[in-house]
Amino acid sequence: MRDSAKRSPASRVYAALVILFLYAPIFILIFFSFNSSKSNVVFSGFSLRWYRELFGSRSVLRSLYTTLEVSVISAAVATVVGTISAVGLFNMRRRVRTPLMFVNNIPLINADIITGAAMCLLFVSLGSVLKFQRGFGTLLIAHITFNVPYVILSVTPKLRQLDENLVDAALDLGCTWLRAFRKVIIPEIMPGIINGAMIAFTMSIDDFVISYFAAGSGAQTLSMTIYSMAKRSVPPTINAISTLLFGAVLLLLVVINVREFRQGEREKKLKKSK
Amino acid sequence: MRRRYLAYPYVLWMAAFVVAPIAIVVVYAFTAKGGGATFGNFAEIVRSAPMLRTFARSFWLSLLATVVCLLIGYPMAYVLANERRGAQRVLLMLIMLPMWMNFLLRTYAWITILEKNGLLNRLLGLLGVGPLQMINTQGAVVLGMVYNFLPFMILPIYSVIVKIDRSLLEAAEDLGASPLAVFRRVIFPLSLPGVVSGITMVFVPGVSTFAISKLLGGSNSGMLGDLIEMQFQGTSYNPYLGSAVALVMMVIVMVFMYFMNRVGDGGQEAMIL
Repeated sequence: MRDSAKRSPASRVYAALVILFLYAPIFILIFFSFNSSKSNVVFSGFSLRWYRELFGSRSVLRSLYTTLEVSVISAAVATVVGTISAVGLFNMRRRVRTPLMFVNNIPLINADIITGAAMCLLFVSLGSVLKFQRGFGTLLIAHITFNVPYVILSVTPKLRQLDENLVDAALDLGCTWLRAFRKVIIPEIMPGIINGAMIAFTMSIDDFVISYFAAGSGAQTLSMTIYSMAKRSVPPTINAISTLLFGAVLLLLVVINVREFRQGEREKKLKKSK
Repeated sequence: MRRRYLAYPYVLWMAAFVVAPIAIVVVYAFTAKGGGATFGNFAEIVRSAPMLRTFARSFWLSLLATVVCLLIGYPMAYVLANERRGAQRVLLMLIMLPMWMNFLLRTYAWITILEKNGLLNRLLGLLGVGPLQMINTQGAVVLGMVYNFLPFMILPIYSVIVKIDRSLLEAAEDLGASPLAVFRRVIFPLSLPGVVSGITMVFVPGVSTFAISKLLGGSNSGMLGDLIEMQFQGTSYNPYLGSAVALVMMVIVMVFMYFMNRVGDGGQEAMIL
């Protein structure tokens, strides 16, 4: 709808204020992460004290490792399972597919706390029968469960764009189905797969509520450690974690955007050459 | 390429880890603490004044947060949709970036600011005002929710407004509509699906919010999420009652979403974004 007449200074000021509202608290955290004293109000000098303390803390490093482990494994499993299932679901009759897609969307629509509490009940009651405790395994199952739907949702539109004649041509020319899947379908839907994998990974890293319920006291992710660190007052190490995570997210987002931009340029060029 | 069986393992997975857990919640909600079917858990909710207050508070505070998000977010989405393409890209990224940071950290940031000896009170002190009691109030909880959920309001509204066909607006102008009339009669009605999914995306997580209320609101501002958490992990362990609370909340939210979907058909699409 873009309308240049509507770009008034007032609207620019408004946009700037909203962005300020979103960023001021984060920048305050970042600023005080370099404070040499414990205060979050008075800056008494530059120091990396809180970063040293952070990296000296066993529980923080351990939970960071758990977070990375669960995010990488669950995103990888969800990407493979989600892609294969998306192909299967896509070829189902509408009457079967619609209810299955509804169930697939439940973890996305449902409040996190309900998904978490429900899984907690399942794991606790299964655990009392099969004699196991909640821990890394249940944490991983929970993450895979809420990650697969994202992959399916980002792969399915690409399947819809896929020209079925290509697959038929490959089969007619003597490809086995598996070969056609690998050589024709996968490359065509690759952008959807990568997109889904990235969403799954970030969702895993970011999750607190579902992990909190699924892992019990058996495993601790970074967000669970953060939660246990400060219930009332905020220790300065939290500022240091925030700064590092903010930097990581910023980097990731820049990489994704540059990638998308390049892809867009490439598609433009392709169109021109046609 | 009919290979339907490819989805069968995942269908089993969903049955075990999506459907079964919710079924267990439903069964638990109708089970007495000692065993046996009962409606007692629901009776306990209705009879307990603090629990009813928690329900009312959850819906009221998330309603407030939703309204504030809409009032701030709609103009922002509108401004955004009218920006040059490059500026749009940068602004969108700026709005999405905080969304990707852990919500606990975003909430902690506000503790630092609102604390009794916090930044804001210091600043007010310089002006000769205060110190004001800002943390541990319901206002702080609403602020925390607005801060955490604002992008979820801006993005769906933006994605609908940006797709509005310019020729519709030109047609309205050519037919003599004032700018205000163009907005009221053309832009706003066309943006409703985005508004509807924005409202859903703020209100639903708002009602079930957990930890934000605990961190910013103190002991008297617990919300439904905190109530459920207490029954499952916390001090008053009673998963039967917790399941009943969760079930009631789920049903209310589902009814709410059903009506929202009917108001703005197509809202679903913007929601998945």
